Amino acid sequence: MIRSPFRPQAVPDAGILDNHRALVRQVTRRGMFRRGISLGALTMLTGCNLSDDASVDAALRAVSAFNDKVQALLFDPNKLAPTYPESMVLKPPRFNAYYPIDKVRPVDGATWKLEVSGRVSDRAPWTTARLAALPQTDMVIRHVCVEGWDYIGEWSGPTLKSFLHSVGADLNARYVAFHTADDYPSSIDMATALHPQTLLALTYARETLPDPYGYPVRLRTSTKLGYKNPKWITAIEVTNDYPGGFWEKSGFGWFAGI
Amino acid sequence: MSATYATTQPAAPGRARRRMHPLPVRIMHWTNVVAMAIMIPSGWGIYNDSVIVHGLHFPEEVRLGAWAAPSLLWHFAGMWLLMANGLAYLAYGIATGRFRERLLPIRVADIVQTVRETLRLHLAHEDLTTYNAVQKLLYIVVILAGISQVVTGLAIWKPVQFSGLVSLLGGFQTARLLHFIGMAVIVGFVVVHVALALLVPRTLAAMVTGGPELAARRDAR
Repeated sequence: MIRSPFRPQAVPDAGILDNHRALVRQVTRRGMFRRGISLGALTMLTGCNLSDDASVDAALRAVSAFNDKVQALLFDPNKLAPTYPESMVLKPPRFNAYYPIDKVRPVDGATWKLEVSGRVSDRAPWTTARLAALPQTDMVIRHVCVEGWDYIGEWSGPTLKSFLHSVGADLNARYVAFHTADDYPSSIDMATALHPQTLLALTYARETLPDPYGYPVRLRTSTKLGYKNPKWITAIEVTNDYPGGFWEKSGFGWFAGI
Repeated sequence: MSATYATTQPAAPGRARRRMHPLPVRIMHWTNVVAMAIMIPSGWGIYNDSVIVHGLHFPEEVRLGAWAAPSLLWHFAGMWLLMANGLAYLAYGIATGRFRERLLPIRVADIVQTVRETLRLHLAHEDLTTYNAVQKLLYIVVILAGISQVVTGLAIWKPVQFSGLVSLLGGFQTARLLHFIGMAVIVGFVVVHVALALLVPRTLAAMVTGGPELAARRDAR
């Protein structure tokens, strides 16, 4: 047992200690303060670059990867996100991207083709007409941005599930990855890809998707944060290799389930 | 723990010896300091991207994380520490009877009287081991605020998976506002708590060393 340096070696009579208890306490407290102050100073020294430290960043990202697994467990594939009346739909929707709205480069729907690759049996490219020929689903859902804002939007298009069935995708694969015209790679887990409220959206508020919101096709899933909904999709890949994403490279969580 | 002090502070015969702050309480207290030092400034970093109070931004010097991504990483790492420590603290406080002993009973008349005495600068703090009515109230409020932060935090983290909870709280933005208010309540508590601890340094030492020995269980008297 480690004896405190502030305590006497020989045990005094308990009566004496009672008489001097206040003094003994005083000495101990001073020692505690001294140690407390140096600990505080040490914290401040390391605190300067705590966020920049590479090992701290690696540890935080490891926790984030663990959180992705927890989020996958919390995800209920049968749980539908709340839906809202059409009267609540925000028109036009709020624009969000890694650049301002005036930097949007519209995609020509007439020449646009959707490439399909990875663990699928049919790699034939898709046109907008072919996507529109699949059964369409309409949903009025809440868009939740990682920043904290939200709005109600109405989206319709084929479910990603029906698309994946059409291309003969391996539904046991782990990821569905997206490539876009604005260089915004993204990917989601297969469970979310098969959720009934995960659409390849072709319209907003019953109108053809306007350019800034991803014409001709974007992903719209009710169970993930806004940044997991890539716009102007040009290619879809079914894969078992972790594809990552644009914001994920900078440290945003990959699963991003809500 | 008791063995450490056995040589210098022998127990009065026939009495159960306890310290004002048993070791588990001290460990959980300082763990919570670390958890709050992570959660509050990282939360400020997240808040900045979509402010709730118009004009209120938290400057970089007080934030944890240079921008939203590292702040989010800190927040979602710190949440485990806060939640695990908070659950342990609640379980301990209930199981050992510490909450009942220290925080109850609490009467409105006592609160009024303590406030009155405080305003007349008659703040009694000779006996650290008994909390006055205002102390009791503040500790109860901050414990409830801590619980509220976890609940509202879960709601804004998973508004679809916990959509029932979000409706109960009055919607997504209301839950976010409640999460912000909970932070403000806790920060307000911390300011008062730290100021008083520095004014009466014995209380700070007690949270390190365990503080004065309690003569006997109150219920044994």
